Amino acid sequence: MSTSTSLTAARLDAVRAEGRAALVGYLPVGFPDPASCVTAVRTMIDAGVDVVELGVPYSDPVMDGVVIQAAVERALAGGVRVADTLRTVEAVAGTGVPILVMTYWNPVVRYGVDAFARDLAAAGGAGLITPDLIPDEADDWLTASDAHGLDRVFLVAPSSTTERLALTARASRGFVYAASTMGVTGTRASVGTQARRLVEDTRRAGAERVCVGLGVSTPAQAAEVAEYADGVIVGSAFVRPLLDAASVRDGVAELGRVVAGLADGVRGGGR
Amino acid sequence: MTAPGPGGFETAAGSGPYFGEFGGRFVPEALIAALDELETAYEKARSDPEFTGELARLHRTYTGRPSIITEVPRFARHCGDARVILKREDLNHTGSHKINNVLGQALLTKRIGKTRVIAETGAGQHGVATATAAALFDLECVIYMGEEDTRRQALNVARMRLLGAEVVPVRTGSHTLKDAINEALRDWVTNVETTNYVFGTVGGPHPFPAMVRDFQRIIGEEARAQVLELTGALPDVVAACVGGGSNAIGIFHAFLDDPVRLVGFEAGGEGVETGRHAATITGGAPGVLHGARSFLLQDEDGQTIESHSISAGLDYPGVGPEHAWLSSVGRAEYRPITDAAAMEAFLLLSRTEGIIPAIESAHALAGAIQLGREAAEAGRRDTILVNLSGRGDKDVETAGRWFGLLDEQALREERA
Ligand SMILES: Cc1ncc(COP(=O)(O)O)c(C=O)c1O
Repeated sequence: MSTSTSLTAARLDAVRAEGRAALVGYLPVGFPDPASCVTAVRTMIDAGVDVVELGVPYSDPVMDGVVIQAAVERALAGGVRVADTLRTVEAVAGTGVPILVMTYWNPVVRYGVDAFARDLAAAGGAGLITPDLIPDEADDWLTASDAHGLDRVFLVAPSSTTERLALTARASRGFVYAASTMGVTGTRASVGTQARRLVEDTRRAGAERVCVGLGVSTPAQAAEVAEYADGVIVGSAFVRPLLDAASVRDGVAELGRVVAGLADGVRGGGR
Repeated sequence: MTAPGPGGFETAAGSGPYFGEFGGRFVPEALIAALDELETAYEKARSDPEFTGELARLHRTYTGRPSIITEVPRFARHCGDARVILKREDLNHTGSHKINNVLGQALLTKRIGKTRVIAETGAGQHGVATATAAALFDLECVIYMGEEDTRRQALNVARMRLLGAEVVPVRTGSHTLKDAINEALRDWVTNVETTNYVFGTVGGPHPFPAMVRDFQRIIGEEARAQVLELTGALPDVVAACVGGGSNAIGIFHAFLDDPVRLVGFEAGGEGVETGRHAATITGGAPGVLHGARSFLLQDEDGQTIESHSISAGLDYPGVGPEHAWLSSVGRAEYRPITDAAAMEAFLLLSRTEGIIPAIESAHALAGAIQLGREAAEAGRRDTILVNLSGRGDKDVETAGRWFGLLDEQALREERA
C-alpha cells in the first residue's frame, strides 16, 4: 500500500495518534437536494466526522440496501448530475477532512477515467471508493490515480481469499474497506463477528489501514469496531434522519446528533 | 471484418473473461469467491463425461432435444421467396431455449453443493425454466421479477408459483428486468454461501457469458447439421433476436467460422429515433452494467436508461459482451426491429404456418422478412435459418390487445 501522497492516510494516522479510530461518514450527493447536501456534510464535519464519503447517485446501486437506494432515487429524481459531485466536493473540501467519493464504476467510465480523476483532484477530492471495481479490472484507475495523486479504496469481504486480500491491500491507497458481513449497506442489529477476523487477515496481508463498513449504526457498534479497526464507516444511519424528517432543517439537526453519538462511539463512548 | 487470427473466430471468442475489450468482472469483491468457485466447477464439469452425459440425457428425456427444424414455405413467400427454416426451440419443455442453460446451471449447482437458486426474469421464461429445474432437482428457488413485468406476464408468475418457486416483485428503480438483476445480485451477495445465481443470458460477470453460451451452443450445433442434411448446404444467413443475447449466441456459435452471415435483431420498440427502444448495440454505447463491460443504453452521465419493447424478454438496456465483440470485429450484424414490424411477423407466422411464436422470436422473423426481401432485390434466393427461440402462449393476451382480438367488454364483465 503506497502512502506517499495520501490525504486519507495522513488523516487516519493523525486520528490514530489520538488513540482512537476514525469516523467515516457517507451521504449521497444531491440528497436531500444539492444545497442541503452541502449543509448536511458541513454538519457532519462539525459534529465529528473525520473522513467524508460522498456517494455519486447511480441508477443501479447493487451494493446498497433500501435506505441508501431510496436516498439515491430521490437525488436522481431531483435531477442531480455527476458534475454535481465535483461541485459538492469543492464546496466541502479544504477543512482538513478528506473528501472521498464513493462511486459505482460506470459513471466514471462514461466521464472518462483520467478526466474524472483530474477534475476530482482539482476540486480538492481525496480519492475514490469503488464498490464494483476490483483491482483486477482497474488498470485505468491505477494509472489515473497515480497521475493525479488520489487515494483508491478497494473493498475486501469475508469471502476474500488470502491472495485477494494481498492483491487488494497492494492496490489500495488510503485504506482498505472491509465489508463487515456478506451483504449490502443498511443498518443491522449487530456487526458481524467476521469483521474482526477480516481486519486482522487484511492487516496480515499487508494493509496498513483498514476501515470497517456495512451495518454500523449505533455508538456501541462503533465503539466495538473502533477497538480493532482504523476507522468505522457509517452510511445508512446518517442517511435515515434526512429521509425520515418532516423538514430538511429537522433532518440536518437530527443528523448532527446521530453523528455526535457515533463520534463519541469511536472514542470508546456509548458502550 | 477484422481478421480473427489463427484458429478463426471460434478460437478467438474463447472462454472469457474477455471478448476483445468487452466482458470482465465488474462486481463487488464479495462475489469474486463465488464466481471463482463457479468457474472452477464449470471448467471441471465441461470435460467430465459424467456431467456432459447427464446433461445430454436430460436434454433427450426431459427437454425434448434435439429440437426439430421446420421449413416454412408459406411464410417464406413474404420473405422475397427466400428459403426460410425455423429452429424450433419453441418446442422445448417450458417453451423456450432458456431450459438449455438452466439445466446446465442446475446440475452445476448440485455439484458445488448449494441448495438454493435465485434468478432474474423479464418475460418470465427464464424464471419458469429455473423454477422447473428447481422442482426437478429439489432446490429452493427465488425468482426476482420487476413489478411491471409481473403485471405484463401474470400467467408466468402463476406458473412459477405452481412449480414451487417464490416470486419477488421488484419495486426499486424502473421496476423492470434490470432492477430484478440488481435485486438478485443483492440477494447473492448476502446468501452466497448457500445460493447459486442462475443467470439467464450471456451477460453478467465472467464466467456467465462463456458458460451460458456453451450451454446454448447446442442450438447451433444441431441446426447446422439439420440444415446441411435438409438442403445439402449451409444456410446463407442465420437470424436471431437479441435481448441479452443467449439464443442468438447459441445459434451463431456453430457458424462462426463458416461463410454464413450472422444477424442479430434487437428490439427497436417505437423506433430507435424515438429513444423508446431496447436496441443496445444499435443505439447504445460501451460501458459497465451488471458485471460486464459491453454496450448499454445510458445517458451522458452513465446512468442506465430504461429500455422499451413490446417484448418483455427483449426489454433490457444491456447485451452480452460477446455480442459487443462480434459487432466490433464485424463478424455479426445487429439491427433494430420495431414493435410494429415484430407484431406483423408474429401474426404472419401464425396465419401462414400455424405456429404462434414468442414476441421475442417474432423480431427474428421480421428480420428474416427484411433479409429475404433484400436478397431478392439483389437477385438472390437466400436460405435463412431463424432461431424460433420460444412459443407465444405467454403472449396471447398482449397480441390480442395489439390486434384488437379480445372482446374487452366481455373480459370486463367476466372480471366484474
Ligand atoms: C422466447 C425468448 N426469446 C428470447 C429471449 C431473449 O433472451 P436472449 O437474448 O438471452 O435469448 C427471451 C427472454 O426472456 C425469450 O423468452
